[in-house]
Amino acid sequence: MIPPAFDYARPTSVDEAVRTLADAGEEAKVLAGGQSLLPLLRLRLAFPELVVDVGRIPELRGVREDGDMLAIGALTTHHDVVHDPLVRRHAGLLAQATETVADPAVRHRGTLGGSLAHADPAGDLPAVVLALDAELVAVGPGGRRTIPARDFFADYLQTALAPDELLVEVRVPKREGWGFRYEKFHRVAQSWAMVGVAALVRRDDGHLAEARIGLTNMGATPLRASASEEALAGAGDAEAVARAAQEAAEGTRPSRDASASPEYRAHLARVLTKRAVLAAAGMG
Amino acid sequence: MTHISVTVDGTAYEDDVEPRLLLVHYLRDRLGLTGTPIGCDTSNCGACTVELDGASVKSCTVLAVQADGCEVTTVQGLARDGEWTPLQRAFHERHALQCGYCTPGMIMAARDLLRENPRPSSDEVRKALEGNLCRCTGYQNIVRAVLAVAEETSASERQSAQGQSAQEVTA
Ligand SMILES: Cc1cc2nc3c(=O)[nH]c(=O)nc-3n(C[C@H](O)[C@H](O)[C@H](O)COP(=O)(O)OP(=O)(O)OC[C@H]3O[C@@H](n4cnc5c(N)ncnc54)[C@H](O)[C@@H]3O)c2cc1C
Ligand code: FES
Ligand code: FES
Repeated sequence: MIPPAFDYARPTSVDEAVRTLADAGEEAKVLAGGQSLLPLLRLRLAFPELVVDVGRIPELRGVREDGDMLAIGALTTHHDVVHDPLVRRHAGLLAQATETVADPAVRHRGTLGGSLAHADPAGDLPAVVLALDAELVAVGPGGRRTIPARDFFADYLQTALAPDELLVEVRVPKREGWGFRYEKFHRVAQSWAMVGVAALVRRDDGHLAEARIGLTNMGATPLRASASEEALAGAGDAEAVARAAQEAAEGTRPSRDASASPEYRAHLARVLTKRAVLAAAGMG
Repeated sequence: MTHISVTVDGTAYEDDVEPRLLLVHYLRDRLGLTGTPIGCDTSNCGACTVELDGASVKSCTVLAVQADGCEVTTVQGLARDGEWTPLQRAFHERHALQCGYCTPGMIMAARDLLRENPRPSSDEVRKALEGNLCRCTGYQNIVRAVLAVAEETSASERQSAQGQSAQEVTA
């Protein structure tokens, strides 16, 4: 279908973008890669008066090192994240999960910032930045602020961003030497995750010293499998991992839809947590 | 209206367009380049795949205004002087199309793969074509056609490498 009519602005700097958004109020929408927004417009599920295209702001693209952190521009495309040597080295989990997003053509346009700002509970990257303990940097008329990933995802398709705030950067702590794995269960190629599990583990002397587990599509927002994380500390063999994975769905509220019931999603969370942790720890 | 300049299949265009105009509609309705079809409303089928500055995109999921200043290549811009590219030939020879609706998108997606990975395995071809659906389900021959081009290219590279080392020996 043809999208509804809207006005179009293409700012060339973050300042100009924020000013444009602030002037327009609630009726403006940011356009990044357009791989979530354009399908919504085509299906006439969104009716913005003004579309603010931030796709040509050069300072929002690219990956750089900043001490113990990796700073990834919000407009960095999925394709560039997958191929970036710094991301592969310091945040392998993000590269691995991003490679499972959609298909090559969508990955050429879609951006990391767009995926997080869109906050679809079935999106793969929210759970990954949650597991990585990333920080999200936003700029608005009031200036710049840093939001921890755990405070960013507010509800279904809702984030902590104000309508006149732009997500500019994703800051990920470097985690060299940690094992990682993203396990995604989906019905057919290219479809969204029924459930996904992002696991990060640090091994010490043959046992697991620490585990961080993010869950995709186990509630209205991405979640951490805290009970499993606690139970995994000190796990020394595959049996202990399997036991800890039994708690992966604790405290979650998975939805019911055409492809799965909440009970089935909870089952998937347990199975995928076991698989992801075993693979991340090199025990599988 | 927003003013755009785009180069499509080697020809430069200047146009005033509504911001909501999709690139695929610009190509088909404004420029008459109907070789790029539309197969869905949900950005899933990949029939509309074109290259935007050398990378494959779904032209139904890009606004024409986003292509301002860019170079677009459609399936209609591939042949040179009526001579098909190896991929086009392979699709024809290996019977990689039935109704042909998905073919332009398949060829553009396959080009993208072969640029990044000139010697893909059959699994890699399938993975790269994940965003392209064939309603006739002709996937086997599509994968065969792409693999055939990869074979051809590496065979001709081997030949020219051999030719070169033969030259070095005689020289
Ligand atoms: C066929 C198809 C399959 C897909 N499959 C998957 C999948 O398997 N897994 C997955 O995770 N995703 C999937 N996606 C979604 C894809 O990852 C999108 O790229 C992503 O969700 C949105 O990124 P974008 O840059 O395209 O954002 P846009 O579509 O441009 O924007 C999305 C939303 O975020 C807002 N926004 C964007 N950038 C910013 C910013 N910097 N600051 C503030 N707000 C911003 C916009 O206003 C809009 O509301 C799929 C998409 C398609 C079309
Ligand atoms: S028409 Fe573009 S993906 Fe189907
Ligand atoms: S040949 Fe008919 S859709 Fe592929």
